[in-house]
Amino acid sequence: MRTLISPDGIVTDRLPFTLEEMRRLYSDMIEARTYDHKCMALQRQGRLATYAPFEGQEAAQIGAAAALRSDDWVAATYRDAALMWRAGYPWSLLVAGRTGDERGGQPPEGVNVLPPSITVGGHMIHAVGLAWAEALNGSNRVALTSFGDGATSEGDFHEAMNFAAVFNTPTVFLCQNNGFAISYPRDEQTRSESIAMKAEGYGMPGFLVDGNDVAAVLEVVGSAVARARNGEGPTLIEALTYRLGPHTTSDDPGRYRDEDEAEGWRERDPLERVRLLLERADGWTPEWQGELQSRATELIEEAVAIAEALPQPTADEMLLRMYQQPTAPIREQLGEIGR
Amino acid sequence: MSELTLAQSLNAALATALESDDRVVLLGEDIGRTGGVFRITDGLRDKYGEDRVFDTPVAESGIVGAAFGMAIAGMRPVAELQFLGFSYPAYDQIINHVARIRNRSNSRFTAPLVIRVPFGGGIGAAEHHSESTEAIYAHIPGLKVVVPSTPSDARGLLLSAIEDPDPVLFLEPIRLYRAVKEEVPEMYYTTEIGPLRVEREGEDITLVSWGAMMKETRAAATRLEESGASVEVLDLRTLSPIDAEGIVRSATKTGRVIVIHEAPRTAGMGAEVAAIVQERALYSLAAPVRRVTGWDTVFPLKRSEGHYLPSVDRIVRVAQETLES
Repeated sequence: MRTLISPDGIVTDRLPFTLEEMRRLYSDMIEARTYDHKCMALQRQGRLATYAPFEGQEAAQIGAAAALRSDDWVAATYRDAALMWRAGYPWSLLVAGRTGDERGGQPPEGVNVLPPSITVGGHMIHAVGLAWAEALNGSNRVALTSFGDGATSEGDFHEAMNFAAVFNTPTVFLCQNNGFAISYPRDEQTRSESIAMKAEGYGMPGFLVDGNDVAAVLEVVGSAVARARNGEGPTLIEALTYRLGPHTTSDDPGRYRDEDEAEGWRERDPLERVRLLLERADGWTPEWQGELQSRATELIEEAVAIAEALPQPTADEMLLRMYQQPTAPIREQLGEIGR
Repeated sequence: MSELTLAQSLNAALATALESDDRVVLLGEDIGRTGGVFRITDGLRDKYGEDRVFDTPVAESGIVGAAFGMAIAGMRPVAELQFLGFSYPAYDQIINHVARIRNRSNSRFTAPLVIRVPFGGGIGAAEHHSESTEAIYAHIPGLKVVVPSTPSDARGLLLSAIEDPDPVLFLEPIRLYRAVKEEVPEMYYTTEIGPLRVEREGEDITLVSWGAMMKETRAAATRLEESGASVEVLDLRTLSPIDAEGIVRSATKTGRVIVIHEAPRTAGMGAEVAAIVQERALYSLAAPVRRVTGWDTVFPLKRSEGHYLPSVDRIVRVAQETLES
């Protein structure tokens, strides 16, 4: 398993990133965690619909997104808000989506991040089609798809991996193995020793990386992105991490896992190891931490305010966004719905 | 102009699309080397190249899902699934992704792709090869469902479907692939998706059908006319969005409507046609709307096909009962 920074903040190999780059990754992870905590709180207050937290997976998501160019494609899931945000999707729209508003699914022009997939596994093949189109058009954009360990049991995982390899598409498959498919532990989901090793059967490289090590994730995803951009095809990356929170706000992890296990993973916190590293390199002070935290809180509060200030959708909107031009039945129903 | 079968016309239309729009690519099982199980893409890979016409692994969900990604990235993919009975592995992609990306992205991302699928029975095929489950797809908001029954409509509707900014499920009546021939213009033309086609004008009764059943419907209309009735024949051509206005116009004129389809009766498209007529033309009706359909059973194997498919006799009998009431 590729690791660059140990849980106690020691660099285990040559770190290919500058102190400034590490500070940026740390700052991004703080912002992401602030968003995650805020959403949990908002959901408890009844201001969001169901929320799927990603606490513990910040390094996997921020590290992966940091490896992308701003015009690359991303097809991710409901638990990937940090990844999507780092790839350009505004927090305010991510919040809007969770308040139950389709307008949250509309990133700004130029941001090539699809709205999060809610069904499990079906979106991986989209990153194959996106990347395939880019390759056929002669662009060097790549497509990254993110999914959990649970999704690798879906038949669509097989079809996506196989198509990507067969057509040599510039696709990066990022599996965040967070230990559970809701309640079903990773060890019971597959007899494979690792998810990364499944790549071999498809004829593509597979890598196992410490998903709580943002530097290692950035390095490994970065190499996969470079290979894809260079026409060398797809890669599967398994980022080994752990979902510290519940599956969603409707879930009680106490029913299926030992909280000692979760506590053990808290000691491998993806933020703390970078903080320790930065502190040792004189790149961290409590004052800076305070600044980061208040800035993050401010940005997230602002995003929530924007999302909550969206006007109530009109009844027409849900019909008008089905086709480019309303069809005859839709036109007729538009006449009825307003009455 | 040249005289083409429906299959030849589809092949020519795909060639025209590949010729006129660089964004068009074809993908599906066996469509390259062999030209597809029905040879609809025959010769296209040789002519337009391996980077326009792709043979894919046997994976319907993968084909539709990849085509969907390509469409979002700005291409105009035309995917082929070999039989409607093999579309079900792609059902999740079609319903959960293809049909709703415009909605779930508030129109930021769209999926202008065409999924071509041969459908219907009557050729003595193996199980799962004769399905006529078009109503399942017509029920899905966000999709368009198109069914040509003539070679010239096949060209115009297919080119329309490829141009369409929204996803189109393009159902091709297997039984008619080589059973009909007509002059088809070689020029680029489109036939609007939506409006039905009045194939024959009449005053006494309206027969509504689409796809392969148009053949029996036409024959039944001729028989009825020989016995003195004036029969209007409608080819729906598009099942979604359905042309309610066109149906109502005809129903109001004739006061008698029969809808004919090969699919099982319960919750089939015939129910939709009947509902449209009773909602908007009830007081013009001289008789109840009747359905002549396949039965509520699995499409049978070869030896029972004759028991299943609506025959000219069945259509004529129901039409005569309707005309007499």
